[in-house]
Amino acid sequence: MIDLLITPFADYAFMKRALAAAVILALGGTPLGVFMMLRRMTLVGDALSHAILPGIAAAFLVAGLSLWAMTIGGLVAAVLVAFAAALLVRTTQLKEDAAFTLLYLLSLGIGVTLVSIKSDGVNLLHLLFGNILAIDAPALWLVTGASCLSLFVIAALYRRLVIDGFDPDFLAVAGKGRGGAGWTNQLFFILLMINLVAAFQALGTLMALGLMILPALASRFWARTIDCMLPLAMGIAVFSAYAGLLLSYHLGAPSGPAIVLVAGGLALISALVGRLGSVRAYLMQ
Amino acid sequence: MTCCPPIITLENVTVQFGPHKALQDVSGCFGAGTLTAVAGPNGAGKSTMLKLMAGIVRPSSGRVLIAPEVRGQIGYLPQISAVQRDYPLSVLQAASTGLWPEVGNDRALTDARMDRAARALVEVGLRGKEGRTIGQLSGGEFQRLLFARLMLQDPQVLLLDEPFAAIDAQTTHKLIGMLLDWHKKGKTIICVLHDLLLIRKYFPDSLLLAGKCLGSGHTHKLFEQNLLSFDLDMAELREPDEVHDHD
Repeated sequence: MIDLLITPFADYAFMKRALAAAVILALGGTPLGVFMMLRRMTLVGDALSHAILPGIAAAFLVAGLSLWAMTIGGLVAAVLVAFAAALLVRTTQLKEDAAFTLLYLLSLGIGVTLVSIKSDGVNLLHLLFGNILAIDAPALWLVTGASCLSLFVIAALYRRLVIDGFDPDFLAVAGKGRGGAGWTNQLFFILLMINLVAAFQALGTLMALGLMILPALASRFWARTIDCMLPLAMGIAVFSAYAGLLLSYHLGAPSGPAIVLVAGGLALISALVGRLGSVRAYLMQ
Repeated sequence: MTCCPPIITLENVTVQFGPHKALQDVSGCFGAGTLTAVAGPNGAGKSTMLKLMAGIVRPSSGRVLIAPEVRGQIGYLPQISAVQRDYPLSVLQAASTGLWPEVGNDRALTDARMDRAARALVEVGLRGKEGRTIGQLSGGEFQRLLFARLMLQDPQVLLLDEPFAAIDAQTTHKLIGMLLDWHKKGKTIICVLHDLLLIRKYFPDSLLLAGKCLGSGHTHKLFEQNLLSFDLDMAELREPDEVHDHD
């Protein structure tokens, strides 16, 4: 049994690095995911995760599979898409979700086309779905830096973030003299972009959001208050990272999708049998 | 309306959202320690006016002047629908957010502070419900919670947006009592209301709004002049040039 559960990580350095990257991503990204879910920003987050592809693809065209070039390219693309979406919402009749949908589909199309110009399907798959087993030391440092930054910012501003999600107008009024509330959304976008770009190497642009959001969704069905929801979501994310890598190793499945499948499976099971707001709770009413 | 000394003054304020003018060229003032009802039909700009005074909405043109002594001393009670009632907070945690002006992001929510939050909940009639989640509260209980938060915040100016909408008579009675107590303590209270009975019975001053300011002043005078009337069809309010300010 121990062979089955521990040996892959004990025997292979690439599995150790993959586990470290996945656990760090889980710990750093999930609190952000919980707050995004509570602020009803999950779809926007999903759209933004796809929107970074053209930047990464353009950097790939210029500099190949360079971590730093693709990181900068992804960040630039994310910022451009966020600004373009804000401009569309302000100047047209499109709502935020529709503006992001338009831009992310466009981004995805541009990104895939750009990668296809120079490359074969393998590189495209790498960018879309990541390759956590190929994580090297610089990528691990990038993931660690992004996760530490997220955790630090969320811990430092925890009370403000909770109140802003619950009743943003209250913070806008009562927060005067204490920094107001207007920048909380922008802060979220910045943290989200940094995390998505850091995570794409491991999980790809299509899967990067999975480890942030799915554990958060699962925790909603078990925890009554945010104080319990955060550690529970982080625990579910860490378990998903470990179990996903293990499944990937034993079944020969791609690692990023395996992690997301475990997290998604847990979220689905929680929706069915969780103690709060689940199908089971509905049937027992 | 009694404006001496004025705490909040609106000078030719217009608020525009895209092509729609929510408020047009509204002027007026609210004096210190007054208790004013803001009435008008749906879409009259009542909530926009409160948000304007709270600093949540900015004027497209004109000015909102807040007296220096009450800057940072404004409390805003939103419509219940504007608050996320399914947010995963306990009732006590939600009430304690009223301590934000005192503790901000950095100071600890000590036992003494949490005791104050618990006492505020007792005062609004939510004893024994501190540990429940806010999603488990009824509409009336939730409104009581928002009043407890306001009590902890203890501002000098209170802006309340339809605080008695869709709540039972007992809760309304309780919360009106709290408003009157705050008024007695010298706080300035501006309250958006639909219920003309409540306005006539409890609010000495009123302001009638329908995109523009149709009239303001002592409530009984507005009733005498039929600007406020139980027969009034709020959708067919008079044009603003037909009425005068009654300061």
